[in-house]
Amino acid sequence: MSAAAEPSIGLRFEKVDKRYGAVYALRNLTLAIAPGECVALAGRNGSGKTTLLRIASCLTRPTRGTLSYSGVTENQNSKTGFVAHATMVYDELTAEENLLFFAKLLGVANRRQRVEQLLSEVGLGERKDSLVRTFSRGMRQRVAIARALLANPSLLLFDEPATGLDPEATAWLTGYLRKLRDSGCTILMSLHGESEVARLATRAVRLDAGSVVADTRSGATFQSIFSFVGG
Amino acid sequence: MGLLSNAAALLGKEVRTEFRSRELLSTTIVFVLIVVVLFSFTFDPTTNESHRFGPGLLWLAFLFAASLMLQTCFLREQVNDTLSALRLAVSDPFAIFLAKIGANTLFLLLTELLMLPVFAALFNVSFRGQLPGILLTFFLGSLGISVAGTALAAISAQARMRELLLPLLLLPLLAPILVASTEVTISLMAPEPFMQWKGIGFLVVFDVVFLTALWLFGEYLLEE
Repeated sequence: MSAAAEPSIGLRFEKVDKRYGAVYALRNLTLAIAPGECVALAGRNGSGKTTLLRIASCLTRPTRGTLSYSGVTENQNSKTGFVAHATMVYDELTAEENLLFFAKLLGVANRRQRVEQLLSEVGLGERKDSLVRTFSRGMRQRVAIARALLANPSLLLFDEPATGLDPEATAWLTGYLRKLRDSGCTILMSLHGESEVARLATRAVRLDAGSVVADTRSGATFQSIFSFVGG
Repeated sequence: MGLLSNAAALLGKEVRTEFRSRELLSTTIVFVLIVVVLFSFTFDPTTNESHRFGPGLLWLAFLFAASLMLQTCFLREQVNDTLSALRLAVSDPFAIFLAKIGANTLFLLLTELLMLPVFAALFNVSFRGQLPGILLTFFLGSLGISVAGTALAAISAQARMRELLLPLLLLPLLAPILVASTEVTISLMAPEPFMQWKGIGFLVVFDVVFLTALWLFGEYLLEE
């Protein structure tokens, strides 16, 4: 495990609004995440979890308000890994070709070695030459995670990482996220309900209609946050 | 990693994925072939008529091919949201446009070069001795179509009714380049062929202006 080689970075959303037409996806949201925290975002469909993650990754600009990374407002793409609901990899390329391509764009040093290491870590070493379109959902998710980890990010964003995974793949993902959390990465992940993955979080935040309605670091109250969502 | 090396990596990916699937090239080539053959049936192509109408019909066929090609260039990136991954990975979003323009120009040129002998045979024209001029015109025309078309494809990919929007925007915007390319091709196919440098100059200016505009404002076209 070589993630978080750089110091972890924190995030601060300050009075953030995101509006699509007349609809607010986020409304006056203020949230600070300390470096090294593992935060689970809970909330119903449409509560603003995905929008929050896309703003955190700089893919979407807030309509109002600011976002800073450990006090810096500049884009931190090179230090951020994002695993979205879509896999963000090419079906027509093999697992290895996908990772080598993104490693080249990111300017990863010793990219062949790094790609081999990651493929082996995510358990795809033997399928590295297979086209991604031949993979199951769980295997695609592993490629997506490997892609997000290529540049040793110190901030990891996961949008419902366990969606579509079978129990075996979910157990693998939980173990892998635990290793990342223990290595000091700052992790922000959106989840639908209480799950194995949710139990990794050191803090849970519930969103409703684009605002934070609950925020706790106490494991005892996690269940109420997720059970409200319907998990 | 610099703009050009990023663009080269992206162009390599575009070429590799296309030559692996061959979806776009095979569809476009078959489509242009059908259009050129159908046009050849519309009148008896004597040499005089071919010189008058041929270049226009040829560039119209290329424009149809380009609209097919451009339609998918950003839509393909939406299937697995790979456009977001590219935006997160490149240091300058213009690299994404450069690679798309490069790939579209290359694929369009390939289609044009394959169609050239078919057109010459069906329309009873000869380009002998004029090949360098024809290649220059095809390159500048295809580049212009790709630059303007890639920008519009990025805009239309995020819109509703995107399949209708691109041709609607594309045809009026590309009319000047179509006229200039056709006029230069007519002059190269004349009984006494000559290079119409005014038309070539127009194509160069069109390409440079649109490329500069894309360099300045392209980032905003990719935003959500």
